[in-house]
Amino acid sequence: MDWHRIRSDFPILDQQVNGHPLVYLDSAASSQKPRAVIQTLSRYYERDNANVHRALHELSNRATEAFEAVRGKAARFIGAASEDEIIFTRGTTEGINLVANTWGTANLRPGDVILITGMEHHSNLIPWQMLAQRTGATLKYIPVLDDGTLDAEAIETLLNEQVKLFAFVHISNSLGTINPAKELIAKAKAVGAVTLLDGAQSAGHMPIQVQDLGCDFFVFSGHKMCGPTGIGVLYGRMALLETMPPWHGGGEMILSVTMEGSTYKAPPHRFEAGTPNIAGVIGLGAAIDYLEVIGLENIQRHDHNLANYAVQRMSEVPGIRILGPQNGHRGALAAFHLDFAHPHDLVEFANSHGVAMRGGHHCTQPLMKRFKVPGTTRASFYFYNTLEEINRLVEVLLLARKFFT
Amino acid sequence: MLSDDLRDLYQQVILDHSRNPRNNGELPPPCLHAHGDNPSCGDEIDVWVRVSDTGDIEDLKFTGQGCAISQASASMMTQKIKGKSKDEAAAVREDFRRVVMGDGAPANEDALGELILLEGVQKFPQRVKCAMLAWRALEQALEEK
Repeated sequence: MDWHRIRSDFPILDQQVNGHPLVYLDSAASSQKPRAVIQTLSRYYERDNANVHRALHELSNRATEAFEAVRGKAARFIGAASEDEIIFTRGTTEGINLVANTWGTANLRPGDVILITGMEHHSNLIPWQMLAQRTGATLKYIPVLDDGTLDAEAIETLLNEQVKLFAFVHISNSLGTINPAKELIAKAKAVGAVTLLDGAQSAGHMPIQVQDLGCDFFVFSGHKMCGPTGIGVLYGRMALLETMPPWHGGGEMILSVTMEGSTYKAPPHRFEAGTPNIAGVIGLGAAIDYLEVIGLENIQRHDHNLANYAVQRMSEVPGIRILGPQNGHRGALAAFHLDFAHPHDLVEFANSHGVAMRGGHHCTQPLMKRFKVPGTTRASFYFYNTLEEINRLVEVLLLARKFFT
Repeated sequence: MLSDDLRDLYQQVILDHSRNPRNNGELPPPCLHAHGDNPSCGDEIDVWVRVSDTGDIEDLKFTGQGCAISQASASMMTQKIKGKSKDEAAAVREDFRRVVMGDGAPANEDALGELILLEGVQKFPQRVKCAMLAWRALEQALEEK
């Protein structure tokens, strides 16, 4: 693979920040967009923009066709059985809230258990806390071990018949842990639990086959995989989607309406009230096309190389503690703590050298408490990053050490 | 090569206060206390204040964790405010706020002393809340009475 040529597909990366070449290491928060996606968005607005599903005119036909084509693309992208299992959302967070508010409210009773893990992003924690409060269900979590993996013994006791839903993250955004999703889902199925897999950090970074994984729900965001912000996907197994009540009411999701009551469309449209993010969906389609040309397996391999090279090189910095698995099996990120600088001071320092990272609790406050750090600095990578950029990061960390000590 | 803005933000005096905070610890009761935090970044400060019957701040201490700016600001605040009346403390606080926010000239710049070194924060708007954290907690503690 010619990764340097691929990098040149991203116009934003070719710039100076504070007098230094930009080194963008914050893709776990939001990835950059290739020219193909940017051009698709502007072409849509310049030529095809109209509301979907409603009018019979030419522009509306074009917009509807382009919009609905992405449903099929997204279904293929994650290996869904049917494009009707693809619900467009604003992103991962909305997808999880949708499940909590429809399937969750309809199915959970006092005494039921919602099981999550100690490494969830707040988006896969708060909706379940709220659901537990509403329904009287209990929220439990699988503890995280020192090496950043899930406590296998605790799984055996916690994952029992009381568990109605098991929701967990595929790749942790603050540890980089890649959870053994297929194995965990099989265990959950064996006790009759419904499963939701949070793919915010895995979609676009590795091949995803939801049917092979066996999950009931899979959620991801477009903007972390080269797509626009404000668009994401909730995949749900049709047998479950069919039983779920709607969430938002409004146009587009109804069959017939009287003042007394209404009937609703079948999934996925039942869950898509109002005018959707049409440009976002079309941009997501362009992102999927773009990623598939490079190949998800190639991206996964490159991610792996970058992450391991980063961990190896960063370990050279005195006073560094890198969180998460040290065995070479991690997603494309490395979060760390330095004994000589607070994350915000370090991020400020790195920024003045053109290096963009994120510092703080990464929306995983319970996890920060667990590892007894007030926060961490996170360097996260995508296929457009280079080994040279990781060398530059290490250089800047060493400079920071000189500066702050 | 470091930018001048960054050098201004992290002057030696500021780094020294953050590494070796003055008046670090808790005061025994009876005293006033307030907790301040910046939820978005996780910085935390606890301020303990003992105020005399005449309204003078006899002693104050802090504990906390966070970035160099929030910790240095807290440390420098305790040194500056100790022995001041509540009104004097409020005046210093207002002048300090003006300096870090770049919101007009302080009424009495001389009274700020070392605190003027945190002026560099005004070039980093996202760090204003770090510099103000201890001062918000102090204000809250004083309001308790």
